[in-house]
Amino acid sequence: MMAMSVWLPVGILLSSLIPGVLIFFQPEERHRLRTWLNLLGALIKLLLVGMLIWGVFHEQVFETRWTMAPGLEFVLHADALSVLFVSLSTLLWLVTTIYAIGYLEQTPHRSRFFGFFSLCVTATVGLALAGNLFTFVVFYELLTLATYPLIAHKGSPEALRGARIYLRYTLFGGLLLMIGAVWLHTLTGGVEFVEGGILQTANLDQSTLRWIFLLLIVGLGVKAALVPLHGWLPQAMVAPAPVSALLHAVAVVKAGAFGIVRVIYDVYGVEFAAELGVLTLLGAVAAITIIYGSLKALSQDHLKKRLAYSTVSQVSYIVLGTAIVGPLATIGGLVHLVHQGVMKITLFFAAGNYAEALGIHRVSEMDGVGRRMPGTTLAFTIGALGMIGIPPVAGFISKWYLGLGAVEAGAAAWVLPVLIASSLLNAAYFLPILYRAWFKSQSAPWPADKTAGCVRELPDALLWPPLTTAAMALLIGLLAAAPYSPLEWAELIAGREYRQ
Amino acid sequence: MTQALIYALTGAVLFMLGVRATLLRETLLPRLLALNVCGAGVFLIFVSLAYRGDSLPVDPVPHALVLTGLVVAISATALALALNRRLREMADE
Amino acid sequence: MNNPLIWPVAVPLLSALLALLWPRRSTWIGLLGSALSLAAVVLVSRQVIESGAIELALGGWSPGLGIALRADGLSVLMLLMSTLVSMAVAVYASVYFSRSERRSEFWVLWLLLITALHALFLSGDLFNLYVTLELLGLSAVVLACLGGSRESLQAALNYLVLGLLASMAFLIGVALIYAGYGTLDMAALAAAIESGPTAWVALSLMTGGLLIKSALFPLHFWLPPAHSNAPAPVSAVLSALVVKAAVYLILRLWLALFDEVVTQTAALVLGLLGGVAVLWGSWVALQAERLKLMAAYSTVAQVGYLFLFLPLLAALPEGTTRDVALGALVLLALTHGFAKSAFFLAAGVIMQRAGHDRIAELGGTARALPVTAFTLALAGVALIGLPPSGSFLAKWQLLSSVFITGQWIWLPVIAVGTLLAGAYTFRLLGYAFAPGEGVGPSLSVGREEIPAVLLALAATLLLGFWASVVWELVPISAYAGGGG
Repeated sequence: MMAMSVWLPVGILLSSLIPGVLIFFQPEERHRLRTWLNLLGALIKLLLVGMLIWGVFHEQVFETRWTMAPGLEFVLHADALSVLFVSLSTLLWLVTTIYAIGYLEQTPHRSRFFGFFSLCVTATVGLALAGNLFTFVVFYELLTLATYPLIAHKGSPEALRGARIYLRYTLFGGLLLMIGAVWLHTLTGGVEFVEGGILQTANLDQSTLRWIFLLLIVGLGVKAALVPLHGWLPQAMVAPAPVSALLHAVAVVKAGAFGIVRVIYDVYGVEFAAELGVLTLLGAVAAITIIYGSLKALSQDHLKKRLAYSTVSQVSYIVLGTAIVGPLATIGGLVHLVHQGVMKITLFFAAGNYAEALGIHRVSEMDGVGRRMPGTTLAFTIGALGMIGIPPVAGFISKWYLGLGAVEAGAAAWVLPVLIASSLLNAAYFLPILYRAWFKSQSAPWPADKTAGCVRELPDALLWPPLTTAAMALLIGLLAAAPYSPLEWAELIAGREYRQ
Repeated sequence: MTQALIYALTGAVLFMLGVRATLLRETLLPRLLALNVCGAGVFLIFVSLAYRGDSLPVDPVPHALVLTGLVVAISATALALALNRRLREMADE
Repeated sequence: MNNPLIWPVAVPLLSALLALLWPRRSTWIGLLGSALSLAAVVLVSRQVIESGAIELALGGWSPGLGIALRADGLSVLMLLMSTLVSMAVAVYASVYFSRSERRSEFWVLWLLLITALHALFLSGDLFNLYVTLELLGLSAVVLACLGGSRESLQAALNYLVLGLLASMAFLIGVALIYAGYGTLDMAALAAAIESGPTAWVALSLMTGGLLIKSALFPLHFWLPPAHSNAPAPVSAVLSALVVKAAVYLILRLWLALFDEVVTQTAALVLGLLGGVAVLWGSWVALQAERLKLMAAYSTVAQVGYLFLFLPLLAALPEGTTRDVALGALVLLALTHGFAKSAFFLAAGVIMQRAGHDRIAELGGTARALPVTAFTLALAGVALIGLPPSGSFLAKWQLLSSVFITGQWIWLPVIAVGTLLAGAYTFRLLGYAFAPGEGVGPSLSVGREEIPAVLLALAATLLLGFWASVVWELVPISAYAGGGG
């Protein structure tokens, strides 16, 4: 048992790292072997994560330590919060891998793509399992390195430009995060993530702690796409659809949001952060981001750009939930980490399908697409309704708890208007799409009809992933009260964070 | 002022003159000559160090060092001249 | 012979002689010589790790009169880097020079260069250091002009003249030390040297000479032409090892011998020059049109980073925190050694394939030479200082020392330098990963691509995950004066 508690976190990392490295060395044409390696890795990871969930629920300790330099330890540690993020990434990785195998068929450089894809997931899972700030920074930077080639994958001038912009933002963010982390590390002698935080008892100068908080949050905010650090996200949508899906749902933006959650709950401690007065500012930024992202989404005709701005807005729900002190808001924010991921990945899969099958890239080209591609459009519809917050889809649960949390914390006066406004805006930019897709008739020929004459709307590998994730979005909403549901798990985390 | 000190100071002056010319001259040959003047200055300092007063025998260590230094200086000069000649030949081709 | 100290010097020297006598077999002699040198260094390292610093008086003459060799933690680390790098580069060179008529000349000089490097790292006496410096300089110069082009000869000649000037300055410092203290043995000097005019002038002269050799801004101007015009294997060792030898000597002088003499102001001056070097070198690297020129300016910047440590080391009290900073400095030097040699070898592969190294025309590299493109990416990661490379850890500790000492001035330098390094690395990768035909069609992985990728992996994974060895070794000192 002892050995397993050490090896399980490492195993979870290796289950995608090893396939990734092996895939790099496969020649292009070894399609089957690559597929097997991918799926095998994803399934092993799923199995290991299952063991982890069970163990963490029963308060077992999973920890791996490795000294990298004096005072700098590489620590993998699984707590309830890591499990939430690890399971999300593992599940969605599996689905996205299947989708990507279908999506990239017959395109060049697939070995390179899947290699970096696996590294990207490894970095994300590493972030989730990071047991101290140093390890977190390591994986945060690795994530930047692994995603850059994915965004640049197509090699076209726009792709390279998008990747370059992404890199500018993230290297800058990573640098600020590192400076903040080193500073804090130097003051405390080591920043382990501990439920409830470590700084309230450390007796350090408060204004220094505020500066460090600013550095950390700006560094993380770049990936979480907090306004005004969000500029890279709409540019990065030039990436292939599976990458956008993973980027928006799990890997990059979530890494930023997850980092903010970690810093506030497990480094500063949410009550101490509130005492420092830094949460008000963060809450304001989150609120601005929510509204601004929705407003920008409203005016985008390009479907993926509209979805990208929607991500900007939705990810800040997590930040908002974190910035409000109180268990209910915490639950709302944390559960949205999962809910937004599942819903947004559905939307991006669907957008990829529209582009792949009919060459549709713009909202204005979507008239009547529901009849031609009913499965994809059904999935899109569920995802969109969830984003708006219509019950029983998962998004409703998040907003409900955020609202309750705001009331509990006495912040209802400004949080509720933000929630209502953003829901209305979400409706304003999603409902017209649904209306066009289902109720309008086709007004112009499809831009590039590649599936004309086919019996089915798409190959299985493209159709089933969005349907699966849409079903998940529906089920985790319907069964929110079931054991091991994301909501239950978020309550478990909140319980542990506020135990003191 | 002792004799040794005069020698040492002369060496220092030679060294500085050499450095100045090495840095300021443009063509190689004067620069090489200047470097050798530099070297002569350094060796002069070493030789003057060997003097330990009339009653004591001369310190052999600086002498040994100077011999080694001379060998190095000569080889380096030869290498520089050879390189220079090669460059000239290339210019002529 | 249970003292292995002589072997890291003797093995390459004897191999050089053999290669000279037997030119037709020079490649094999060169490879075998490099491998045996590696074995010798491993032998020495094991002994140092097990029983601390070791010393050998050559020919039984006591230090002071005879030649003393000494190995401690710092020299062992430098030796390990230099043999590992030179082993990999030798494998590459065996392909690179396989059809060259200059093959045997290359191997003789190459082995002499390794001899000089090893002797320098092991030398325990100042005059010996001067001789090894000259030997190193001369063999490096001849190697640098093996390419035979006009530019390379011109650059090599400049390199030679400046190198000679630098050695003269060093030598006059040695003379002053002998005049003042009557010995040149470094262990004796470490205990004897006290602050005073003689020590001051001697330190300034020696440091001045070494600054030229380590190419610290503004004395860097000779480096980019010399390093970028040399044949690829030579550029690799020049940037990775030869420059580091001078930095190593500065460390020895400043931290062990002259630690009583060095003042905060003097360290600050060198730190400031280092800071300018970081910014200027990275900036010019970003503008560079040729890959090898970019790599050379990146070396100027990376050397600057090493000098940033000096004012921090001077301000830290002796003890653990200082040893941590010193270890970080060494780790940064080691990582750069591996990364930059990998970088130059990769550039050599591209140059041989494409016939040029113009960055803007490198489209298609990732498709035609995936392993080499990967090497450039890994080496770039180490140059920027991103994880999992050793330089990430070093930079973390560097920043940490900045916070501990409160010398905030270095914070923007490090930040901007990192961003600029990111900019020039990813500018290159952007071109390399773009589609194009710049480097010809896709072929199978060449034997010459392997050493570079191994070096790059050493810089990132090996030095990233097993860097604590550096911090264990650095405090083992043969010189009582300080941590170095």
